[in-house]
Amino acid sequence: MHQLMYQLTRQLTHKLMHKRRWLFMLQLAFTLLICAFLIVPVILSMLAGLTVNYLVGIESGLTLRWVVEVWDGYRETIFASIGLSLACLAITLVLGVPAAYALARRQNRFTRAIEELLVMPVAVPGLATALALIVTYGTAGGFRTSWSFILVGHVLFTLPFMVRAVLAVLMAIDLKTLEEGAASLGASFGQRFRDIVLPNCRSGILAGSLMVVTLSMGEFNMTWLLHTPFTKTLPVGLADAYASLRLEVGSAYTLIFFVMIMPLLLALQFFATPRSKKFSVKDVS
Amino acid sequence: MQSENRRLLVLMLPAGVFFAAFFLLPMGRLFFIGGSGTLGWAAYAAIVTDRLYFGSLLSTLAVATATTLVTLVISGIAGVFLQRHRFPGNAVLVAMLTLPLAFPGVVIGFMVIMLAGRQGLIGTVTEAISGERLVFAYSMAGLFMGYVYFSIPRTILTVMAATEKLDPKLEEAARSLGASPWQVVRDVILPGLKPAFISSGAICFATAVGAFGTAFTLATRINVLPMVIYTEFTLSANIAMAAALSFVLGAITWVVLALARSAAGSTVAAAG
Repeated sequence: MHQLMYQLTRQLTHKLMHKRRWLFMLQLAFTLLICAFLIVPVILSMLAGLTVNYLVGIESGLTLRWVVEVWDGYRETIFASIGLSLACLAITLVLGVPAAYALARRQNRFTRAIEELLVMPVAVPGLATALALIVTYGTAGGFRTSWSFILVGHVLFTLPFMVRAVLAVLMAIDLKTLEEGAASLGASFGQRFRDIVLPNCRSGILAGSLMVVTLSMGEFNMTWLLHTPFTKTLPVGLADAYASLRLEVGSAYTLIFFVMIMPLLLALQFFATPRSKKFSVKDVS
Repeated sequence: MQSENRRLLVLMLPAGVFFAAFFLLPMGRLFFIGGSGTLGWAAYAAIVTDRLYFGSLLSTLAVATATTLVTLVISGIAGVFLQRHRFPGNAVLVAMLTLPLAFPGVVIGFMVIMLAGRQGLIGTVTEAISGERLVFAYSMAGLFMGYVYFSIPRTILTVMAATEKLDPKLEEAARSLGASPWQVVRDVILPGLKPAFISSGAICFATAVGAFGTAFTLATRINVLPMVIYTEFTLSANIAMAAALSFVLGAITWVVLALARSAAGSTVAAAG
């Protein structure tokens, strides 16, 4: 009898294991397929940027000709985007970190409403924000044609990411007690901010900064309406190239963009993956 | 206490002033300009009364709904799978699936062209198989594909984070009580992931409604609201209509995100 029971259970577990194994393989295949969907076009476009004639294929040979062509024609847009994203980072740090601190110290309906408001430029389509800026400040000649016009749009769009990232870290620690401790030892507000607040939100500032630079570097929805022929960013140049130049040139341009943005994305992944328990930017991204 | 309140207010002030001057004020102005055209305030109703605008509103909502549903199914399956099973190469797959997280819309459009464009991979493969080249990048189908591409990385991250918080013991308990894999998914996993699905679904929807770069790269003739606004503004120079339409568009995305936030009880923000 026992022997029979044992046999039966074994058979059943075996069947179950078999079924589970089959399910596992099915899910794995599906996941691999999705990976291919995301990664294959990236690889294809990188290859196309280095191929003599993409229509013929890789047999036509590899070349740097298209990359050089892009570099000669669109170099300025690359420097412009780097400069713009760094300026954007500086401003979001100055505006965002103090604001996040204030929001963390006072959690009530009023500060929550402010938090909601600050996120609006991310919720509202960039097209609408850009139009609003144009109808309000478009006639201010010097401002409209300068880089600061685009910069304003980028800061609006990225500021919530900085505030959220820093706020998330500050909310995870008992800031009030830490500060009271320091204050009771005679530390001024300036000292507390420098020696307690800033070191504690380092990881938040880092994650927020990566996000701000990456987003500013790739922002197109707003920038396309805000730019002028003399203020072109990298994504604006990309759209230009996609519309009017051959596939290889568009690909080479994209390749340059990838090379610039990949390190940022990889660094972001390091912080954004849920596996890192310490801190996650999933909420803001 | 009072001096502390004043200090916190001062710390908030720079961000607040910037925000008021460059967002609240312009948005208010956009609202009034929307009502200043030949149609007057009726411009705000044109999105439902005008056949052309209403048509593009419907197709915008349709493509956004389809994007949201397909993205949630894909990310739900892949996200739960990757979080629940640890195997060699798992981290690499996660890295690949989240790499396009911050690709701009224009680049996404180009990725769709690489896959389904005139010189695309799908065209080459279908031509080799059937002799007929399948090209759909420059249409609504291409736009849909681009939006799904764009939405997968952020949705997978949210699903994985939510799955991590689900207690695996619940699934084991259900299984030991005789639940089939499908029952476990339906009665244990899906209810547990509901808030994550609502919040990330709302983000998918809002981005698909408001995104502009992907459609711009693929074809200016694709009939979705952002493209209509862009054409009204640049080609027709009908600034009042463009203002009214974009204000309505902004209101739609904002309401969707606000609803999702109250339903999911967590913070939701779109990007793109």
